[in-house]
Amino acid sequence: MNTDLHLWLIPLVPFAGFLVNGLLGRKFPRPLVTTVALVASLIPLLQVAAIVTKFSSLATLPHVETLGTWIRSGAFHADFSFQLDQLTLVMLCVVTGVGFLIHIYSVGYMAEDESYWRFFAYMNLFLFFMLTLVLAENFLLMFVGWEGVGLASYLLIGFWFTRDSAANAGKKAFIVNRIGDFGFLVAMFLLIAHFGSLSFSSVFGQISAHPLWQGGILTAIAIFLVLGATGKSAQIPLYVWLPDAMEGPTPVSALIHAATMVTAGVYMVARTHIIFDRSPLALSTVALIGVATAFFAATIGIVQTDIKRVLAYSTISQLGYMFLACGVAAYSAGIFHLVTHAFFKALLFLAAGSVIHALSDQQDMRFMGGLRTKIPVTFWTMTVAVFAISGFPPLAGFVSKDEILYQSFVSPNGGKIFWAVGLLTAGITSFYMFRLWYLTFFGESRIQTAHHEEDLATVHARHDTRLTLEADPPAAHAVHESPWVMLGPLVILAILSVIGGFMGWPEALGGSNWFSHFLAPAVATTTAVPTGDNHLELILALISTLVAFTGWLTAHILYYAKPELPARLATSLRPLYALVKNKYWVDEIYGALIVAPVLFIARWVLGVLIDRGVIDGGTLTAGYTAQGFGALVARIQSGNIRSYAGWLAFFAALLLAVSYFGWTSHFLLR
Amino acid sequence: MVPIAYYLVLSAILFSIGVAAFLIKRNIITIFMSIELMLNAVNLAFIAFSRQWSQTTGQLQVNGQIFVFFVMVVAAAEAAVGLAIVIAVFRARSTLNVDSIDLMKL
Repeated sequence: MNTDLHLWLIPLVPFAGFLVNGLLGRKFPRPLVTTVALVASLIPLLQVAAIVTKFSSLATLPHVETLGTWIRSGAFHADFSFQLDQLTLVMLCVVTGVGFLIHIYSVGYMAEDESYWRFFAYMNLFLFFMLTLVLAENFLLMFVGWEGVGLASYLLIGFWFTRDSAANAGKKAFIVNRIGDFGFLVAMFLLIAHFGSLSFSSVFGQISAHPLWQGGILTAIAIFLVLGATGKSAQIPLYVWLPDAMEGPTPVSALIHAATMVTAGVYMVARTHIIFDRSPLALSTVALIGVATAFFAATIGIVQTDIKRVLAYSTISQLGYMFLACGVAAYSAGIFHLVTHAFFKALLFLAAGSVIHALSDQQDMRFMGGLRTKIPVTFWTMTVAVFAISGFPPLAGFVSKDEILYQSFVSPNGGKIFWAVGLLTAGITSFYMFRLWYLTFFGESRIQTAHHEEDLATVHARHDTRLTLEADPPAAHAVHESPWVMLGPLVILAILSVIGGFMGWPEALGGSNWFSHFLAPAVATTTAVPTGDNHLELILALISTLVAFTGWLTAHILYYAKPELPARLATSLRPLYALVKNKYWVDEIYGALIVAPVLFIARWVLGVLIDRGVIDGGTLTAGYTAQGFGALVARIQSGNIRSYAGWLAFFAALLLAVSYFGWTSHFLLR
Repeated sequence: MVPIAYYLVLSAILFSIGVAAFLIKRNIITIFMSIELMLNAVNLAFIAFSRQWSQTTGQLQVNGQIFVFFVMVVAAAEAAVGLAIVIAVFRARSTLNVDSIDLMKL
């Protein structure tokens, strides 16, 4: 503990921002709310920047700072302690950097919202919990952040809570996340039972002390941790909340549901990789979940028409890649993809938000088109992001995705099947991203048609509450480029999406893979990682580039050259189309198999039988008994004075008689 | 000398008349008078017992008489307050029939 970096300040400053804006923001003028929120998100960024400069001079890693004891019970104790290592530093940079950019963007995007202060209070609250999550030195503190980001996510998804769909989406996200949190909790209980500690250093130290320890309880812990991770990171089987989470404001989708919170699961797996390394079964599970989710979500993404939902499924798919990377014990590749994904996916969401803003809250791509020249900055930044996510060299997405594909090809935990599915998914990704690109920016403008067709009602339903109140003036629908406060973050993120890849430029292509070497001490794995075969990596990179081109070409033919083709294809492949269009009916299956029985038990067994029958019945019976007896006795109070006097005389006489004839003693002594 | 039983029987008769009148009569003033009657029946009993006690102990005992004075003072105060209430009730309701003064009915 040589240098004190005041790590606790990093999460606490946004929390102070939340308190100020949350408690007083209602009365603040907007510029003051903006100042508080931006300062509260800028200070952590500056502090992280300062830490970056000092990082190489730290004597010990991980660098731990303990503030005090939180819980002490016998030998067990949990502390308020934060730790800093390479992995934390990377996450801190992403969270504070992207977080600050999105705060700036929100100033423009939310400018007209009446609950401006509430939005920024929640955003700062989210930053507080997310930073707690990545800085925590023990599972319990991490869990605090884990739950907290879920809360912030719930609050922000349901930000426009007057819309039923938004309120429901918030609830769905929260409840599905609870299932994952259950896994995390059970994992923590197992850790306490077997290690007597929740501190990372203690648990990992005990595991490292037994080099031959494999499987068993570690597998159980790892599997429960994976359950937690699938909830937070929207993986099969708990991914269903993320598409609905798009009901929230677009900056929220960018920050929470693309760049940071949903990557918490990946971070957690990487953080606890020592446990996963000892459990091949858990690793295979992670890889399998990852690759299945990546493919599955990508196929759904093909047919979505809501621009944000395409991006949501794309996020799920990309998170699947990160899981795949972790599953083949290539943690640094997973984290690398996490970073680059944060750049280009935040950019995609923010650019989509800019498009939505330009079209006065139109989210349906069927009513876009031809926007290329009307909103050029948005178009160009979006183009960078689309090329990045599709995996075109030398953009960030290519480098990180290729690293994952290569690792899954060569890793003993992976295999060619994982690689092949990953490659296919990359092609699909490229296809649906270019589909989005063409539908939004190219071809004829379909903006006007929205107002003359039957879809008018649905279009209006999508409007934010703040706009439906207005009388729908034609001027509001004039396409307009967003203000620079929104475009600025887009440009910065676009630059990052271009250069981000060079942090981990593979050695096979003449780079140094600096990122992976930097991260190596934090995620050093005991699983054997084969040394790079430059030729193989080069060939694989070439193949994936070709696949990305194929995706682009297909999208070009279907949505640019021959725009009438998709409808014909949908008709000729009707069963398949219906399957994908309805998202494999997963929501419906969950509804029938899980939600309906739970609701049935809640409503009839717990609600009617237990609550109304036993509890209400018991108390009501007691109440009615007292009431009935009271009604009987109340008849004595007739209001007639003479009847009172009569009763008085009667009982006085009775008393007299009893005392005279000795009935008292007769009764008492018998 | 008149035996104490005579006084007590007279007291009991007076008290019973008071109780009966209290229960039967509807006019507040009459009820008031029956209360006075009961009080005075009790006073008679007090004095009778007090005199009996003096004779038994051979010493003058005045506890009963003092109690009677207290009762009379309270009765006077009660009469003052009670009659004021009666006047107030009559002004408000134009009747002295207790059966029609039943606002406290549940």
